[in-house]
Amino acid sequence: MNSLIIAGMLLVLLGLAYQSGWSRSRGLVTSAGVKVHSRPQYHGSYVAIWALLPALVILGLWGWFGDGITTNFISGQIPADTLSGLDPVALNATIARIKSLASGYGVAGDVQPFEQVAADALRSFQFITFLVVVGAAAVAGGAALFYARSRITARLRARNAVERVVNIALMACSGVAILTTIGIVASLLTEAIRFFSFVSPLEFFFGTVWNPSFSSTDTGAHGQYGLLPLLAGTLMITVIAMLVAVPVGLMAAIYLSQYAHPRLRAVAKPIIEILAGIPTIVFGFFALVTVGPFLRDLGGFIGLDIKATSALTAGVVMGIMIIPFVSSLSDDILNQVPRTLRDGAYGLGATKSETIRNVLLPAALPGIVGAFLLAVSRAVGETMIVVLAAGNSPVLRGNPFEPVATITVSIVNQLTGDSDFAGPQSLVAFALGLTLFVITLCLNIFALYIVRRFREQYE
Amino acid sequence: MTATVSITHQTSLERTKLIRASLTRRNLSEKIFRGLGLTAVVLALGFVALLFIDVGRKGIPAFVQSNLHLSVTFDPAIVGGEVPPVQVAGQSDADFQAANLKWQRSVAMLNWNKVIEASLRTLVPAGIEISSKDLLTIAETDARHEVRERFVADHSLLGKTVDIDVLASANAANWIKGNIDRSLPDNQQQLSAPTRAVIDSMVANGAISNGFSWSILTNVDSRSAPASAGLLGAFVGTLYMMLIVIVLAVPIGVASAIYLEEFAPKSRLTDFIEVNINNLAAVPSIVFGLLGAAAFINYMHLPISAPIVGGLVLTLMTLPTIIIATRGALLGVSPALRQAALGMGASKTQMVFHHVLPVTFPSILTATILGVAHALGETAPLLLIGMKAFVASVPATPFDQATALPVQIYLWQGNENRNFFEPRTAAAIIVLLLVMICLNGVAIYLRSRLEKRA
Repeated sequence: MNSLIIAGMLLVLLGLAYQSGWSRSRGLVTSAGVKVHSRPQYHGSYVAIWALLPALVILGLWGWFGDGITTNFISGQIPADTLSGLDPVALNATIARIKSLASGYGVAGDVQPFEQVAADALRSFQFITFLVVVGAAAVAGGAALFYARSRITARLRARNAVERVVNIALMACSGVAILTTIGIVASLLTEAIRFFSFVSPLEFFFGTVWNPSFSSTDTGAHGQYGLLPLLAGTLMITVIAMLVAVPVGLMAAIYLSQYAHPRLRAVAKPIIEILAGIPTIVFGFFALVTVGPFLRDLGGFIGLDIKATSALTAGVVMGIMIIPFVSSLSDDILNQVPRTLRDGAYGLGATKSETIRNVLLPAALPGIVGAFLLAVSRAVGETMIVVLAAGNSPVLRGNPFEPVATITVSIVNQLTGDSDFAGPQSLVAFALGLTLFVITLCLNIFALYIVRRFREQYE
Repeated sequence: MTATVSITHQTSLERTKLIRASLTRRNLSEKIFRGLGLTAVVLALGFVALLFIDVGRKGIPAFVQSNLHLSVTFDPAIVGGEVPPVQVAGQSDADFQAANLKWQRSVAMLNWNKVIEASLRTLVPAGIEISSKDLLTIAETDARHEVRERFVADHSLLGKTVDIDVLASANAANWIKGNIDRSLPDNQQQLSAPTRAVIDSMVANGAISNGFSWSILTNVDSRSAPASAGLLGAFVGTLYMMLIVIVLAVPIGVASAIYLEEFAPKSRLTDFIEVNINNLAAVPSIVFGLLGAAAFINYMHLPISAPIVGGLVLTLMTLPTIIIATRGALLGVSPALRQAALGMGASKTQMVFHHVLPVTFPSILTATILGVAHALGETAPLLLIGMKAFVASVPATPFDQATALPVQIYLWQGNENRNFFEPRTAAAIIVLLLVMICLNGVAIYLRSRLEKRA
């Protein structure tokens, strides 16, 4: 209700301001036939911006401080001897009771006399402050409206002023991306540093045992946080994924760009790219209920002991997920190799495959390496497939048929969402996140650098 | 071929021979290479087909539910009890609510299982001895809530007999659909032998019938009554998050793309922003989850497992995608258009907003829909901000506890009743994929339509 009134007030103010600026500007044109610098829309927008700003500032201040002021007012209404007898929890409960009494909904149980008095006072206080705030916003907006309107002359550079505001707004929006990065780095760093006050970085980065015990009784003894088993698991799954994705993705890209009939290419390429749009949780489910049991049975058939949830399962499915990533990047890069190189090879009598292997691929190699690195960074940061299908067994071993755990899995396991950030058990997630962030950042920067160098080479 | 002697007719012939001889081998390797390429394409296409067929085969049966048609008698001997309160003049709303809740609690304390059991008992064929505990395993545990709610809504039902459709329990549904092996011995079956016999006779005489499972779309999640677990809560949670993403990510993303592409001076700072955005696009999604947990929940004290936090996290995640796509679209606008606008005396801002931006509209729209579709399927960051909590209600506002479609899939795949929940998880995946296919279809349709017009 209140917010509706405020929104309505702002809309009316906006409309009035725009209209008055617009009509004033039209008046300038008709009266003397002078040349007006800006068109009427800009004068309207100019006045509207002027009127809106002070109103928004006042409302924003009230939004920021209003709750505190109201709470102070309520505690002021509670008799001093009652107030001194209330601990913070009871005080909050009393304030909530008074608020719901004032809202007219009432409270269950008997109403104490002082509560009723305070509620009545609060109701009138709320009404008055609301009127004052909305009134002040309206008056300030109106005053600004008239000031801006009075400034309108034929020579006023309203368009430039409006465009400057638009420009500042655009700039502020592009600042969000920077803020995000700063936010990521700051939150990861501060929480990771807090973690390192419990566990030394040496122990974390070079420890070979991952065993975060969840005994929350004391923060002194707190398990072991060795990164290496997780790093090894991540590495193993990434290698398996690459062994699946790179041959299939690269060969598919080569076939589709060099051999395939255009009609086949037009059908097959989008279908393969569907894989890139499927949520990873779906791949995880697929790995867990289909690929895992299949690999286990296959292993039993050929005499290998393959667990249903293992590095192999997660790696194979992750490889399938990355195929379109590798293939579309390689496709782009193969298409960028100049035709002259290919034609030269054909002119010397090379077959198509010889041209591809001896001319095209070496020329495209830097770009393909870049694509490969981007795919690796994708695989390292992938979470859901590994959470579902890798088995979560953070033990240092080299057998891909056994369950493993990765950095991402441990982040999900340690930060359950309902724990406070007091102990190393949950803070370790940020140290892991920082490690992950740094690894993927290096891979990305290096890969983008290579890809860019490659593009420049042939432009 | 390395011979460096002067080329005579003789050596030239020899060389032709040599090349001829090697041709078979070279053609063979050509064929092998080509075959490998084709294999790779077929493999990739095969994976797509396998994934869809597998999910479809597993999930489609879950869209069938077993309905149990009961005629329930509200026997005064069982459900007599108190009468509902009436609001008297002068009673505050809060007091009436309290009295009403007290009555509802008293109704909830009644033994509704007895009511269900009595009505099930009428369907038991002669000659089968079945204990009341076994009999009650046929109906889903929320059947009693359903019957009770009927009664709370309409107290005049007391003493009457009404036809009510309830769900058969998950175990009964497993038995009917054959999700569990019927030949397993008694000690491995989830239902006792007489129960199974009663169920079979109920199916035979039509007391249990199969129908399309609307409940999977219209119910909220449930742990105690798995057969009635549905996706509505998760769906609404996802909807809130997508609305937040669209409302925030699209304007901010398009605005910053416009600034960077059209207005920003070439400086260190803009270079930095550019590198920054490219990197943000490749940061693993789980890192955004960590940001959400630390910044939004721990620092700003926004509510845990609420769509507002999920929406903000997904917004930050989608932003780089939209910025990059919009910049690409702006870059593709022909310089002639810009110069024509500038030549006619438009300012730079006018040129961008009146001439360049409308042309890029189809691309921006497509990028937005694809970005939203990507955000829709994202799971990992949501787990970190507590959205994997069990929520059995539809969130009324974006500040309430909620879960999301992909997270619901994650929760269901972890359920212990595998026979029942594996198909149900696959069904949830089908719903998610259908939503995504719809979004992508809309994107393709709109792009082709708008591009034709432009």
